Amino acid sequence: MTGVAGERAYADLAFVQRAPIGALPPPLAMRGPWGWLRANLFSSAFNIVLTVVMLALIVWIGKSTIDFLFIDAVWVGHDRTACMASEQRPHVGACWPFVWERLNYFTYGSYPIPQRWRVDVFFAMLAIGVAWLLWLEAPRRDLGALYFFVVLPVCSFILLSGAPALGLETVDTSLWGGVLVTVVVSTVGIVVSLPLGIVLALGRRSRMPAVRLFSVIFIEFVRGVPLITVLFMASVMLPLFVPEDLTPDKLLRALIGIALFASAYMAEVVRAGLQAIPRGQYEAATALGLKFWPQMGLVILPQALRVTIPNIVNTTIGLFKDTTLVFIVGIFDLLRTIEVARIDPKWATPVTSPTGYAVAALFYWVFCYAMARYARHMELRLSAGQERR
Amino acid sequence: MSAAETTVRPRRSLLTNPTLRSIVYQVLLCVAVGLLVYAAISNAADNLARARIATGFGFWNTTAGFDISQTLIEYSSRGSTYGRAFWVGLLNTLLVGGLGIIFATVLGFVIGIARLSSNWLVAKVAAGYVELIRNLPLLLQLLFWYNAVLKTLPDTRDSYVVAGSVFLNNRGLVLPRAVLQAGSGALALTLLAGMVAAVVYRIWAKRRQALTGKPAPVLKVIAALVILPPLIFVALHGFPAVFEFPERGRFNITGGVEVLPEFAALLFGLVIYTAAFIAEAVRAGIQSVPSGQVEAAHALGLRPNLALRFIVMPQAMRVIIPPLTSQYLNLVKNSSLAVAIGYPDLVQVFTGTVLNQTGQAVEVVALTMAVYLVISLTASLVMNIYNRLIAPVGERA
Repeated sequence: MTGVAGERAYADLAFVQRAPIGALPPPLAMRGPWGWLRANLFSSAFNIVLTVVMLALIVWIGKSTIDFLFIDAVWVGHDRTACMASEQRPHVGACWPFVWERLNYFTYGSYPIPQRWRVDVFFAMLAIGVAWLLWLEAPRRDLGALYFFVVLPVCSFILLSGAPALGLETVDTSLWGGVLVTVVVSTVGIVVSLPLGIVLALGRRSRMPAVRLFSVIFIEFVRGVPLITVLFMASVMLPLFVPEDLTPDKLLRALIGIALFASAYMAEVVRAGLQAIPRGQYEAATALGLKFWPQMGLVILPQALRVTIPNIVNTTIGLFKDTTLVFIVGIFDLLRTIEVARIDPKWATPVTSPTGYAVAALFYWVFCYAMARYARHMELRLSAGQERR
Repeated sequence: MSAAETTVRPRRSLLTNPTLRSIVYQVLLCVAVGLLVYAAISNAADNLARARIATGFGFWNTTAGFDISQTLIEYSSRGSTYGRAFWVGLLNTLLVGGLGIIFATVLGFVIGIARLSSNWLVAKVAAGYVELIRNLPLLLQLLFWYNAVLKTLPDTRDSYVVAGSVFLNNRGLVLPRAVLQAGSGALALTLLAGMVAAVVYRIWAKRRQALTGKPAPVLKVIAALVILPPLIFVALHGFPAVFEFPERGRFNITGGVEVLPEFAALLFGLVIYTAAFIAEAVRAGIQSVPSGQVEAAHALGLRPNLALRFIVMPQAMRVIIPPLTSQYLNLVKNSSLAVAIGYPDLVQVFTGTVLNQTGQAVEVVALTMAVYLVISLTASLVMNIYNRLIAPVGERA
C-alpha cells in the first residue's frame, strides 16, 4: 500500500492536470477579418481568380456609373449646347438640366398646368390608400379596403377627368401622361384584377362544369398570349365589337386590356392560395351551416388571401413593369414621355438618351424593389408561426 | 324503429334545390356569354360593313408589297404574299426565341449557382445582378440596349474591328460568312456520325457502370468521337468551305453575314432579363435539396463539383423544370416586344404592317394569338409528360 504519503510524494513529483484545458484560439489565419477573407474570398486558387475578376468588374461598372451620373455630369444649362462634348470637356456624363426642365412633363404629361393640383391630390389620396392597406397594424383596415377598392376609384375618376357640375374642368385623357398614366394604369389594373381574379379562381374550382369551363378557357387563353397582343386586341378589335357611338377612348381601351390580362394572372395566384387551405376548413364551415358565399367570405378567403399577400405583391410588381407596354399602343406613360423628350431637337445630344433611361430606371427600380422587399417581409412574417425554432 | 320513419323530412322547395339551382346558374351564364358573343359579332359585322373592310382570309394570297429587313426564307416585297410575310415573321420570332432560350439557360444557371457560391463576393455580385435586372421593365431595358448602346456605336466608317474580320457599328454586327463548297455535306455527315457514336457510347458506358460499377472514360472518348472524324476528313480532303470576310467599302461594309442591331438588342435584352428569373428558379431548386444530401455526398468522398453534378442537380432539376418552362414561354412571349425597336418578328410584321395595310384587325390579331397559344399549349403538354417521366418511382401515378 503506498498510502497517503506516497500519493503526496507523487503529487510533489509531477504535475497532473485536474481540470480540462480551455481550447486554444483558432490559428490567426482562421479568425478575425483575415480568417473571414480567407474563408470567403481566397479559399482556393479558383476562388482567388474569381474574386479578382469580380473586383475588377465591380470597380469598372461602379466607376463608369458614378462618372456618368455625378463626376462628368452636366448640372446647369439651358439647351443641348450645355451637354455637348467639346475640346475643354471631352467626356460628358448625364445631362441633368434636360431632366429638370422636363420633370413636370414626365410627371403630368400634357395635363393642363392650372389643373395639375388635381393630379397631386390624386397621388396623395392613392398614397393614403396604399399605406392603409399595406400597413398591417393600421386601424380599421376593413374601411381601408373599402376606401381603396370603391371610394378611391370613384373619387379619382371624378377628380382626374373632371366634372363640370362640381366646377372641375373636363380634361381629355389624351392629355394625361407620364407618371400619372403609369400610376393610373397600374392602380386600375390592381383594383380590377384582384376582385375579378378572386371570382375567376373560385370559378375554376367550382363544381358547376359550365362555370369551370369558362374560367379555365379565359385564364389559359390570356396566360398563353403575350400582353402586346391583348393590348392590340383591346385597341383595334374592341372598337369593332361595340356599337359605333359607344367606342371607348384610347386610354380606357388599354386599361381594359391590362385589367383583363392581370385578372388571369391574379386568378392563378388566388387559386394557389385557395388550394393551400386545408379541407377541414371547408368541411367545418359547411358543418356550421354556412352557405357558399358566407363560407368563402368569412372562412376561406380571409385565410387564403392572407397567405397569398406575398404572391399578390409579386404579381403587382409584374403588372407595374408591364404597364410600360401601353407605350406600344400609343399611350403616353412615363417611358413614352421620356422617349418623346429624348428625341426633342432642343436637347438632342449623345448623352440625352442614357440620361432619360437612367431616370426611368431609377423610378421603376425604386418602386419594384420596395414592393419586393415588402413581399419578402410579409413572407417571413407569415411563416414565423410555422418555423421551428 | 318508428322514430326513423316518422322523422319529418325537411320540405325542400324547388328554390333551394342545389341541383336545380346549379343548372339554372349555368344556363344563365351560358345565355349571358352567348348574348355577349352574339352582340360582339353583329356589331363587328355592322362596323366592318360600314368601314368597307373585307372579312375572311382572302388577303392571305395578296401581294404584300412591303420589305422586311430580316428574312430567313426567300421573300421579296414585289412577289411575296401576306401569307409568306406571316411565315417570315414567325420564323424570326422562333429564331430569337430559340437562341434566347439557349443563352438565357446558360447564363441563368451560371448566375443561379453563383448566388450560392462559397465566395462571398461572387454571391453578392450575382444577387445584385438579379435584384437590378428583375426590378426593371423589359421594355426599358430593350430601349436602353437599342437606343443608348447600339445606336451610339460609331458609324460604318469608324466601325470597331475585331480580329480584322468582325465589324461592329451602329448598323449592326458583320461576321465572316462560310461559303460552302462541294464536300461540305460529307463533312457534316462525318460530324453527325461522330455525334451519334458519342451518344451510343455514352448510353453504353452508363449502362455498364450501372451494372458493374466500372466507370468508363466518358468525356475524353466523346470529345475524340466528335472532333477526330471531321479533322481526319479535313486533313484528307481539305476544308470544304471558304470564308468570305467582310470588307470595308467606301460607304458600307460588303460581304459577310450581317446581324441586325434590332436583333442583337432584342436577343441581348431578352437573355439578360430572362436569365435573372432563371437564376432565381435554379437557386430555389438547389436550396430545396436537403443539406443532408450534400453532407452525405461529401462524406462519401465526392468533391464539391461532383456532388453538385451527381447528387444535387438531379434532385434540384425536378423543382427547377416547371418554373424554367414558364420562363421559356415568357421569353417567347416577351420577344413580341420586338415591335418597340423594329425587329421584324411575328407581331411587328403581322399585327403591325399587315394589320395597317389590310385593316382586318379581327383575323390578324386572332391568328397571331393563335400562334402563341399553340406554342404555349404545346410546351405545357410536353412539360406535363416530362414531369411524369422524371417523378420519383414511388410518386408515379
